[in-house]
Amino acid sequence: MFRILQAEFLAPGIKRLVLGAPRIARKHQPGQFVIVRVHERGERIPLTIADSDRERGVITIVVQSVGKTTHLLNSLEPGDSLLDVLGPLGKPSDIRAVGTVVVIGGGVGTAMAYPTAAALKRVGNRIISIIGARTKEMVILEDEMCAVSDTLLAMTNDGSYGDKGIVTDKLRDLLESDTRIDMVLAVGPVVMMKAVAEVTRPRHIRTIVSLNPIMIDGTGMCGGCRVLIDGKSQFACIDGPEFDGHRVNFDILLQRNATYQKEECRLMAEFRRPQTACSGPVADARAPGLVPQSGGS
Amino acid sequence: MAPPTRGSANLLPLKERMKIPRQAMPEQPAELRITNFDEVNLGYSEELARQEALRCLGCAKPACSVRCPVGVKVPEFVELIVAGDFRGAAAKMREDNVLPAVTGRVCPHEDHCEGACLLSKKVKPLGIGYLERFIADYEQRMGVLSPVKAPPSGKKMAIVGSGPSGLTVAGDLRQKGHAVRVFEALHELGGVLVYGIPEFRLPKRIIHQQLDYMRAMGVEFETDVAVGRTVTVDELMEEEGYDAIFIGTGAGSPLFMNIPGEHLNGVYSANEFLTRLNLMKAYLFPYYDQPVLDLRGKDVAVIGGGNTALDAIRSALRLGARKAYVIYRRSEAEMPARAEEVEHARQEGIAFWMLTNPIEFLSDGKGWLDGVRCVRMELAEPDASGRRRPVPLPGSEFELPLSVAVLAVGTSANLLIQRTTRGLETDKRGYIQADPLTQRTSRKGIFAGGDIVTGSATVISAMSAGRRAAKSIHEYLTTGES
Repeated sequence: MFRILQAEFLAPGIKRLVLGAPRIARKHQPGQFVIVRVHERGERIPLTIADSDRERGVITIVVQSVGKTTHLLNSLEPGDSLLDVLGPLGKPSDIRAVGTVVVIGGGVGTAMAYPTAAALKRVGNRIISIIGARTKEMVILEDEMCAVSDTLLAMTNDGSYGDKGIVTDKLRDLLESDTRIDMVLAVGPVVMMKAVAEVTRPRHIRTIVSLNPIMIDGTGMCGGCRVLIDGKSQFACIDGPEFDGHRVNFDILLQRNATYQKEECRLMAEFRRPQTACSGPVADARAPGLVPQSGGS
Repeated sequence: MAPPTRGSANLLPLKERMKIPRQAMPEQPAELRITNFDEVNLGYSEELARQEALRCLGCAKPACSVRCPVGVKVPEFVELIVAGDFRGAAAKMREDNVLPAVTGRVCPHEDHCEGACLLSKKVKPLGIGYLERFIADYEQRMGVLSPVKAPPSGKKMAIVGSGPSGLTVAGDLRQKGHAVRVFEALHELGGVLVYGIPEFRLPKRIIHQQLDYMRAMGVEFETDVAVGRTVTVDELMEEEGYDAIFIGTGAGSPLFMNIPGEHLNGVYSANEFLTRLNLMKAYLFPYYDQPVLDLRGKDVAVIGGGNTALDAIRSALRLGARKAYVIYRRSEAEMPARAEEVEHARQEGIAFWMLTNPIEFLSDGKGWLDGVRCVRMELAEPDASGRRRPVPLPGSEFELPLSVAVLAVGTSANLLIQRTTRGLETDKRGYIQADPLTQRTSRKGIFAGGDIVTGSATVISAMSAGRRAAKSIHEYLTTGES
């Protein structure tokens, strides 16, 4: 059992949970994730580790509620426990001094980009962060990101905070203003990561993305998380979750993430109160790593 | 070799014993069992067991025991069944086999004990597997006696993986008085026995009973630990004070075929499909949260000819598949699956496309599997595995409509532990190198066994490796030499 020590909402539907997991806290490196199971009949879902503290033996996860399991996670309070937390899983981020790094966080993806941004800053990179959200109240972790960035730029779809537009607009501005960019890290919805990769591809700027395929065991045993990298199958759980964005087949990822749309709707319909109907595709409303990838809750 | 009382219980002359027909295993009728996930075989009654046991010829040099990977003393336990001493038979079994209720159900007896049985030269072999299962189940029904705890040795042993090899090592070493802790990455214990083998072949309660017995012996278990990530083998030894380590992490990652269309929705690895059903209980969705595709009225195929393939396709049938196919590139004679499973699958109405190989998965244009293009094969000269090599017949391509395909074409080594443990040697495929007699690895105090050493094999061969490992680990723990 993994006890929750702190719990607070960062934005509507986005909750930060700090939980006791001494073994995981001890080994965690930026870019890694955990597999979580909430209750005895629950599914296993991957969630990125947003922070850790070895001394206190705690890790932080940030959860956006999109399906049943994430709704359950969002309902938890200090003193509650998670049944299973396995990790830290996946390859750690490649942390090197390369010069100037643009870190792009879309929605709840910001929480996942944060530990990698901090580590990249620590080794001496200049960090330009672009954080994007639908609207002002959905902007998260601005102070934390600000603390590890040389420049922080916020974008909202409706212009209620920062500049109006999407993160790739800002990335294009930077490139057109001849800002030297040595690397881009993009973490967010699949369509956002795909768009970022397309912007940087013609300029040959190394672009790292963190993928969020359906996943069950998280240790390489099931192959459910296979993604197409340069036309070859790789497992996001052990070969990733970070990959070179210019080699990823994002369309296959989008298609595979929609596999259980019908089942996800059914699960939510039975879980939610009657007035909330299931409305359309949810697959790409998710941000990588931070929301369930398996059977999507 | 023969105990003094041998032959005393069975008064039948050898000729008479051979006249008794092999007693059939009672089973759920095929038309009923394809609607549920309950066990197919129902088990012998006491009468059936004693009748079957009477068939044993009581060979002075029992080939069955010799061919058993863990050396179960077959004629001795069968003799005790004839005498009606079922508890004694169970105790005799436990001397060599710590998981009799499991092996009684999933061991390929025709390749081991029953394949060696002298009766099989004239009539059908003794139902050793059925008898093994009978006494294990009898013991469970009557209540298993508490295990005798050996005095503590003061040594601490870590076991990585709670599958058949790890559990065997745990049981054997605990009996010798060593403190034993088993680390498991998944949330449930049992390894392939819980995520791989379906309920209708090996009910989970059987595993739970075995685990309860081991807990009663004093074995400790810790789930949610992926050794190599959560903690490394070196840390277990240097920081957590374990005197020796056994690595039994299993077969590893599923192989894919690298043919077009493998990324379509509806194409599963057998590991994923079976894990969803067995570990996550997706057949009870939405009562359980993890989903599996709705197979009702769909055409489903499994690619492969092993037990995993049959487990997957028979599960698909139970989930309501309209048509269920096995597509296998060799012929039935080469199928690695247990004979009984093939027979059960046929009874259940599964169609076999033998000498057939998929070359492309076809899309419906929206990202979903819609069919498979196959080519017929013929068998050429034997290959490295000793089986005749299948080669495609030119111009024999054909298409089969399909909604879901499950790939059961083998596994490759998972390198997590190999890459995070100093000086642990592997073969060129990445499997851990271990001495075949002692299961010692290149690192002192580290032992390995089961599929992570041999590649995909059977439950009984993993248990056999566990048995050998336990013997040499005990020697290492008591003498410091390995």
